[in-house]
Amino acid sequence: MNSNSTTRRRITAVAAATTSVVVALALAACGSGGAEPGAGDKPYVALVSKGFQHQFWQAVKQGADDAAAELDVEVTFEGPETETEVEKQLTMLQTALDKNPDALGYAALDSEASIPMMTDAESRGIPVIAFDSGVESDVPVTTVSTDNLAASAEAAKHMAELVGSGKIAIVGHDQTSQTGQQRVEGFTQYIEENAPGIEIVDTQFAGGDHLKSADAAKAIMQAHPDLEGIYGTNEGSAIGVVKAVQESGKAGELTVIGFDSGKAQTDAIRDGLMAGAITQDPIKMGYETVKAAVAAINGEELEPVVDSGFYWYDETNIDDEEIAAVLYE
Amino acid sequence: MTTPSTTTARTERAATRFGNRQQLQQILAFAGLVVIFAFFSFASPYFLDWANVKGILLATAVTGIMALGATFVIATGGIDLSVGTGMTLCSVMTGVFLANLGLPLVVGVLGGLAIGALIGLLNGLNVSYLRLPPFIATLAMMMVAQGLSLVISGTKPIYFSDVGGFDQLAAGELVPGLPNAVLIFFAAAAIAGVTLSKTLTGRYALSIGSNEEATAISGVDVRRWKVVIYTVAGLFTGLAGVVMASRLNSAQPGLGLGYELEAIAAVVIGGTSLRGGKATILGTVIGALIMATLTNGLRIMSIPQEWQKVAVGIVIVLAVYADILRRGKEA
Repeated sequence: MNSNSTTRRRITAVAAATTSVVVALALAACGSGGAEPGAGDKPYVALVSKGFQHQFWQAVKQGADDAAAELDVEVTFEGPETETEVEKQLTMLQTALDKNPDALGYAALDSEASIPMMTDAESRGIPVIAFDSGVESDVPVTTVSTDNLAASAEAAKHMAELVGSGKIAIVGHDQTSQTGQQRVEGFTQYIEENAPGIEIVDTQFAGGDHLKSADAAKAIMQAHPDLEGIYGTNEGSAIGVVKAVQESGKAGELTVIGFDSGKAQTDAIRDGLMAGAITQDPIKMGYETVKAAVAAINGEELEPVVDSGFYWYDETNIDDEEIAAVLYE
Repeated sequence: MTTPSTTTARTERAATRFGNRQQLQQILAFAGLVVIFAFFSFASPYFLDWANVKGILLATAVTGIMALGATFVIATGGIDLSVGTGMTLCSVMTGVFLANLGLPLVVGVLGGLAIGALIGLLNGLNVSYLRLPPFIATLAMMMVAQGLSLVISGTKPIYFSDVGGFDQLAAGELVPGLPNAVLIFFAAAAIAGVTLSKTLTGRYALSIGSNEEATAISGVDVRRWKVVIYTVAGLFTGLAGVVMASRLNSAQPGLGLGYELEAIAAVVIGGTSLRGGKATILGTVIGALIMATLTNGLRIMSIPQEWQKVAVGIVIVLAVYADILRRGKEA
């Protein structure tokens, strides 16, 4: 057979593949700006978040970058594609540790899985700042987070005021993370204790996926035609609920309360499709995390918990300065 | 273009040989759908209601359209893992065309479809000419598409609020009472059905799936036709992306991963064999409906999401096992 031409073809293919890899790497390097973190004299803070594509994490990153510029430190920010990739996040955490940062900021997807690495960080003398949600370990010198129980209780308070009495439901985003659980727990607890006339008839989880949350909300509305209100526990869930109410032609009949922001949600509030939502303060969260990291590097004492705060916003205050600053598109 | 008579004859023989079995699987899948419908209608007074049926159809549309395309690839004995994130990339590009560049609606929509076709074309080229196994080629495409969606969108959703009429593509009702998304799904299914059974693309897809070597020996340019088949599948991915974007009135760069598995499940429940050579569009439509009906019904009954997944998994096992049982009897 003509093994010669086969070989040549094979060589061409390999060469083509190699070239494309090199080009891709070069492009990626250009895209990232190229600077090697930790190489300079500035203190280096590595942040490993729960994600990076979600608007919320981009806002955290912005706050972290603000603090980095102000406090003159080097900050890197990375996270897995989705908030279910616990294993991938652990790899990122390991890599971050291996870069030997001066401090490490970490938003745990799973509050227990990272314990060995926390111990590792401690033995290397790298201070750890937990952000967004805590870690089941006493290694982190402080935890910068939204008080999700209090924030979701605030959502419940507004739901109770707006609905008065009747049936309501919850579309949750995640039943396995602490944040996801507390968003439901704080809400449910408030209703049980303070709103005897209101009954939570169903709580469904749809992974924060817009489309699936819409389908879930529709099914709940179908099963409970006399439903008065629905609470969506994050951006994707809340937008899904709004979509469901719209598509069922029940706009205005149900009280929808959301969580976080994003343009679709703020538009829904302006258009009256959503009564209001709770927003965390992601910019402050990023800022406080880096600030705490710098304090830890300098050996300062820190409070065990730093509350990064939350706000209730609706049609009336959506354009206020302090609210507009923490809402993202 | 020559149509080697041997292949055609063989394909037709194959078609009759598989005909009965295929019909049986379709009848069984349809019966399954009826049973599931009957069960939920009995279990919940709110299930059998036009508004809810409409909800189920709407929930079927996006995965259903993806599954239509996947049917062609699976017919060749291949697999397409890139439909989920590929769909997302098509949504994002539609957003770029319409919202960012301000192109006319028709151009943006056709652009979205073209991106889908391009994804399919690249998959086809990688499978045919670089000889990558379909699993690997489309797995790579799945990652590339996911990455590009995030890069191009700057990891932010693209909104179509300023693009007049785009949301009507899915939400409008040309036929009163039936959202366009559902209409598009049915139309796409009709086109897919005709393409699979009446055109060379479909016939060769099945022929390649049942015996690739024999098809090649009989004079069919298998490599070229595979590229065509993957491109056709990509077009459906593009359509799914456009419908998804229109329904959400935004392109969400983070969505899509995992949708490919739902699409593959729908295809398999419908009786298309993962070994190739045997495929049915009607089956795929029924398969997609079964998946959506099951999820909807379980939700209406307030069954937690964890158990919903268990139920869907069991249905897949049952559907495929039923298929294997019948095949065993015939042999």
